[in-house]
Amino acid sequence: MPALQFVLPSLLLLLTLGGIGAVRPRSPRTALIVYGGTAACCAVLVLAALVHLLGQGGVWRMPVPVGLPWLRSELVLDALSAVFLLMVNLAGVTASLFGWGYGRAQAGSGHGLEPGRVLPAFPLFLAGMNLVLLASDAFLFLVGWEFMSLTSWLLVLANHREAGNREAGRIYLIMASFGTMVLLLCFGVLAGSAGGYGFDDIRAAPHDPLAAGLAVMLVVLGAGSKAGLAPLHVWLPLAHPAAPSHVSALMSGVMTKVALYALVRVLFDLAGTPDWWWGGVLLALGSATAVLGILYALMQDEMKRLLAYSTVENIGVISVGLGLALVFKADGQQGVAAIAFSAALLHALNHSLYKTLLFYGAGAVLTATGQGGLNRLGGLIHRLPRTAPLVLVGAAAISALPPLNGFASEWLLFQAVLSGPQLGLWEMKVATMVVGVALALAAALTAACFLRFYGIVFLGRPRSPAAAQAREVGPAMLLAMLLPAALCLLVGVLPGSVLALFGDAAAGMVGTPMDSRAGTLAWMWLAPAAPGDGFGGNSYSGLFVLGLTAALTVLLRLLIVRTSDAAVRRGEPWGCGHPDVGPVAQYSGDSFSQPLRRVFAAGVFAARERVDMPEPGEMRPARLEIRSSDPAWTWLIDPLCRAVGWLADKVNGMQFLTIRHYLTLMFGALVFLLTVVAVVK
Amino acid sequence: MSGQVSEAALAVLFQCVQMLVVLALAPLLTGVVRGIKARLQGRRGPPVLQPYRALLRLTRKEAVVAENASWLFRATPYIVFTMLWLAAGLVPTFTTALALAPVADLIALVALLTTARFFTGLAAMDIGTAFGGLGASREAMISALAEPAMLAVIFTLAILLQTTSLAAIVDGTLGQGVGLRVSLALGLISLIMVAIAEAGRIPVDNPATHLELTMVHEAMVLEYSGRHLALMEAAGMLRLLLFMALILCVFVPWGIAQPGDGPTAWAIGLGSFLGKLLAAAVALALFETTVAKMRVFRVGEFLGGALLLGLLAAIFLFVSTAL
Repeated sequence: MPALQFVLPSLLLLLTLGGIGAVRPRSPRTALIVYGGTAACCAVLVLAALVHLLGQGGVWRMPVPVGLPWLRSELVLDALSAVFLLMVNLAGVTASLFGWGYGRAQAGSGHGLEPGRVLPAFPLFLAGMNLVLLASDAFLFLVGWEFMSLTSWLLVLANHREAGNREAGRIYLIMASFGTMVLLLCFGVLAGSAGGYGFDDIRAAPHDPLAAGLAVMLVVLGAGSKAGLAPLHVWLPLAHPAAPSHVSALMSGVMTKVALYALVRVLFDLAGTPDWWWGGVLLALGSATAVLGILYALMQDEMKRLLAYSTVENIGVISVGLGLALVFKADGQQGVAAIAFSAALLHALNHSLYKTLLFYGAGAVLTATGQGGLNRLGGLIHRLPRTAPLVLVGAAAISALPPLNGFASEWLLFQAVLSGPQLGLWEMKVATMVVGVALALAAALTAACFLRFYGIVFLGRPRSPAAAQAREVGPAMLLAMLLPAALCLLVGVLPGSVLALFGDAAAGMVGTPMDSRAGTLAWMWLAPAAPGDGFGGNSYSGLFVLGLTAALTVLLRLLIVRTSDAAVRRGEPWGCGHPDVGPVAQYSGDSFSQPLRRVFAAGVFAARERVDMPEPGEMRPARLEIRSSDPAWTWLIDPLCRAVGWLADKVNGMQFLTIRHYLTLMFGALVFLLTVVAVVK
Repeated sequence: MSGQVSEAALAVLFQCVQMLVVLALAPLLTGVVRGIKARLQGRRGPPVLQPYRALLRLTRKEAVVAENASWLFRATPYIVFTMLWLAAGLVPTFTTALALAPVADLIALVALLTTARFFTGLAAMDIGTAFGGLGASREAMISALAEPAMLAVIFTLAILLQTTSLAAIVDGTLGQGVGLRVSLALGLISLIMVAIAEAGRIPVDNPATHLELTMVHEAMVLEYSGRHLALMEAAGMLRLLLFMALILCVFVPWGIAQPGDGPTAWAIGLGSFLGKLLAAAVALALFETTVAKMRVFRVGEFLGGALLLGLLAAIFLFVSTAL
């Protein structure tokens, strides 16, 4: 398979491009070389992943000449890696394209994107993510992981002059180091006393339940914090929006998926036979994450923060899918586990498509207006006639509207939830129902959230001069949005073909690929075959829904044209007869979410409104104050960050010791370690 | 083989008939409900065929569109109507032998309704007046609770009958008989509450008012006129019919013809559907004349109750099967 021979050169080229980016970053030629080269490398890796998924499967190995003397490092591409490789690099191609256009537009408009801080780190970021997916031992994996974390940290700090971004960078660094440390411990536990850090050794070694359980807790903590599982999600909405839009798209759309890959790799592959409570943990965390994430997204008044919180929700949904797969696998029902696992993978792919699209859309709006706040936008459907329909596709897809892709994965996930009653444990039977209702609630709130997002940003009348004077973005950015939008439709209409790609990964992780009743017509239908006595006869076809709605609309249109006169008269908006007071009378983001805030957010988020209305005759303006707080921030992250800051202050003193003190410290450390070794031996 | 072919041809035929039946009956249902309500309130009321005339008159009128309306505003009536027409065509009314039954199950049906609602909300916000935003915002709050409640009921049905396909649910209920169950009763109450909210009926929303304090759905379609308004109104009528047909086919499916049945069964199916629909219309009119519209923020509690009932229905099912 020749395409696979290009995997290692592509990785090396990505590393080289990082170096090129550092040389004269302000020159447009450098930007073209870096983004063009990155897009080419990612395209090659997409091809390699597709070749692997469409081919006979199996495992592709290539030794690399780095690593520890006693650990032969290899790049290994199996079906699971290939699925995630596809997601990461598809987004990599569009992000490079968007980044190139974005950099040029930002340089022209003077919104202050510093190419010197973006160009070197961007290819390295992608290289790090790819390395994580291809690593075959704990060391290479963690090297890739740190590469990914540190380069994305640099990218978060690309606009470091804003104080908010510096704070975001600090918290991101703390959370990233925390995550890596926990993962290090996790692999340590998995490797055991034999110290085999290669994934093959870990797979082969027997794991006692205690060690496996500990490793599971650690990986949920480490990878979960990177992915954004509640309550460790708080850094996402700070860090993701701080970076330039194409990097936000990658961080939110695919870096979280790389974290999920780590979760899948350890839970389904490395840690041995699963216990049912592993899945239970994921189900509980996932459903809480989904509902809390989307509720908080509903209350955001900044585009990219809103999108970042919506990523938290999607990660919750995917985790629920993985949790269901684990529970069913532990219960010995591999058929249903394959449905849940495929649904999780499909949702991950879908999220990577529509979330990058939406972040590019936000980037386009930022380029066109310089405004990121919902309440200063509006009416952009007229000013950005090409961006607006593309973002609408993204908003509809994430709201799980048929026939787009979001609905296909959600439908499949519900089918897995509905098989819950076949589980052996009655606690899990009830739990799957509760999880199902939580998923349904999250889905409904998502539709409300993106109705608000699209309605406030693109519809209505402009709320600021900047929005009124917006100009459409360039062709590179539009093409970068068109690609994921087209894929959203394609995956939604033909989910069967995409699921066929995931068959080997599901077989590798849960024991069997997803079975379809639809046989040779599987590409048209979503019809999971029910194993045993269970669920049957359910099917859905995005292709038919698309065809039918198109046909009916045409029919309707013909009928209407026949009976009515086609003229349309333009007039003043009627507004129920009230005189128009201008764009300020429109609903803003805050007023839109007010009913939802009252119903849902008063409890958990302590959302409060205070209205300061002047008495008649007073001339001061009225004020509305809305406050809410994320409990995870108050109780967990803030104390943690303050503790780290305090410790750093204390340790800072060690920079200024005399040579005598340093020698004493080293001596002390040596004695301490020798004592430890002596005691352990 | 030829038996299969003729069965498939029949299913396609029934599907077309079904699409036409729902289209033809929807305005009549609205007219009947209005007529009965007028009688109950001591008025004579308009003739039951008035909705047809109103729709026809609207399609002939000139459409006035606000100056800053975008293409989305003009496309929405077509999208919304198509979605509701397709959804209503999927609910078995007189037979379960429908060609489109495998294309979309109950979950997809809910998603089609969500799509219609999503676009209605977008169109409402497109003009940029206060009313549109008001309607969209309230509708978002209502649907955020109504949709999961409906899915919870669907879960209960799905677990009981081992399928989410509507045709299979009806066939299952008719074939094996599920008997009287506590879960089903809870599910029925929950679904009725959801239907009231989703179809925009009293006490959640009042379809006959233009009072800014109370309106939800009307506030969203306020700016429409002419043929666009006709489509939105017709979509609203289809929505009412859809929810009634859904409750009837799931909870009182008796009389619905099944694949393989002869012409007598089809006639019985159609007749029983009309009869059940009339009974449902009377019940709705009675209910609407006896209750008062509730405050918008009470709707949250109302639908929160529906959601809990739906969840309880599912959990009761486990308890009852475990005993």
